[in-house]
Amino acid sequence: MAGTPKIELRGVKKRFGSKVVLDGIDLTLESGSSLVVIGGSGTGKSVTIKCVLGILRPDAGQIFVDGEDVTKLRGREREAMLRKFGMLFQASALFDSLAVWENVAFGLIQGRGMARKEARDIAIQKLAKVGLGPEVAGLSPAELSGGMQKRVGLARAIAADPEIIFFDEPTTGLDPIMADIINALIVDTVKDVGATTLSITHDMVSARKIADRIAMLYKGKIIWNGPTKDIDSSGNPYVDQFIHGRAEGPIKMEVKA
Amino acid sequence: MNIFAPIGRAFLAMLAQIGSLTAFTVSSVSGCFRPPIYWLHILRQIMRIGYFSLPVVGLTAFFTGGVLALQIYIGGNRYGAEAIVPQIVVLGITRELGPVIAGLMVAGRVAAAIAAEIGTMRVTEQIDALTTLATNPIKYLVVPRLVAAIVSMPILVGIADSIGVFGGYIVSTESLGFSGGTYLKNTVDFVTHQDVTSGLIKAAVFGFIIALMGCYNGFHSKGGAQGVGTATTNAVVSSSILILAANYVLTSILFSK
Repeated sequence: MAGTPKIELRGVKKRFGSKVVLDGIDLTLESGSSLVVIGGSGTGKSVTIKCVLGILRPDAGQIFVDGEDVTKLRGREREAMLRKFGMLFQASALFDSLAVWENVAFGLIQGRGMARKEARDIAIQKLAKVGLGPEVAGLSPAELSGGMQKRVGLARAIAADPEIIFFDEPTTGLDPIMADIINALIVDTVKDVGATTLSITHDMVSARKIADRIAMLYKGKIIWNGPTKDIDSSGNPYVDQFIHGRAEGPIKMEVKA
Repeated sequence: MNIFAPIGRAFLAMLAQIGSLTAFTVSSVSGCFRPPIYWLHILRQIMRIGYFSLPVVGLTAFFTGGVLALQIYIGGNRYGAEAIVPQIVVLGITRELGPVIAGLMVAGRVAAAIAAEIGTMRVTEQIDALTTLATNPIKYLVVPRLVAAIVSMPILVGIADSIGVFGGYIVSTESLGFSGGTYLKNTVDFVTHQDVTSGLIKAAVFGFIIALMGCYNGFHSKGGAQGVGTATTNAVVSSSILILAANYVLTSILFSK
């Protein structure tokens, strides 16, 4: 253990009405590491990320970022904490009323008050990092393909050189080749900015490629957590069923939530 | 078995709804007075809410003024009181019909547009993306629309008042045999300062209602396309009802002697 972990979740619980989504999550991310949380649809992967970002407020438990309990932060303090983060959303979540470069530069202009001209130059550099030329900068997000939108989303996530980057299903909805390109970009760009990353996915190919460690979420609990190389010898029947994508096994799909 | 359970559930759901609307209103209104204020967004929304509503509001005001003149003439005829047309037209338009008709037209046009836009941003995670980019979505999305609607509506209603009186004038002089000069003189002599300002105060309140209901319903839309559709419908219905209810309350306050 080298000092304080970058992010630490202790006993985080969240329920919606009578449905318990997170039932005491404990997770630790060391600085500079890359953790991938795997799990089926509706197991609370997205909710976990939203709790860390403060978009959702956990019912119980604590979440520490750089040793500071972020569940208690409000207003400006929370905005200051959020400046450490970048996030790539599942469907990219680009602002469709803004041009591509304005999307990438959004956090710089609005979040940090940078001048537009300077922010535009940085945006074009970041677009180049994800393999997009300056000619796309002026386009509207709707004019781009899904894969290109993901790249713009990635450029936006790394635009402000964040210390922590979250990836929500980075490869969902992409063809296998584009998925591999996005995975490679994630690995490269993360190495480049030296960020700590937390990804959630159910794509095992992607998980193996970008993770140092993998944790599996099932029924609101972390049921396995270990280095990526150990995932095939976990000895955990749930993990085995999931990584091999078998219909038979201890995991029963809940058809109705 | 237990007939009280569903009643209780509905009642609790209603209380929760009122609570969340109140919280939303408080944070939106307080957001209007705390920096950052997005002036450019306010101007853009004034264009969208105010300027582009002019044709719709102008046309409805014109025909409303015209039909008002016609009805008062026919009704007045029974008592030999046709000459009162200009006075009643200007009173009806400035006090009631101008603000209410403009309010309902703008509710249909603008509350729906706001709810659909913000609702789509919600379901495509663009609002969460704003948060992760250290931008408060209430200040960035809600405050500009709220301020723009409160500023635009009185101006729109001022214009609607003039066009409505003009509609009455055209009908009276062209088909009811009034002399133009007398009509205008009667109108100007009769209308008081308070008639007009009371209508403009109403207009500002209606603007607040329209933007608030549009934003609130958009912000709380769930699911996909259907959720946005529901949010849009709710925004129009709730703002229309609230406008009519507020109109009664305001009239009884403004004209209590």
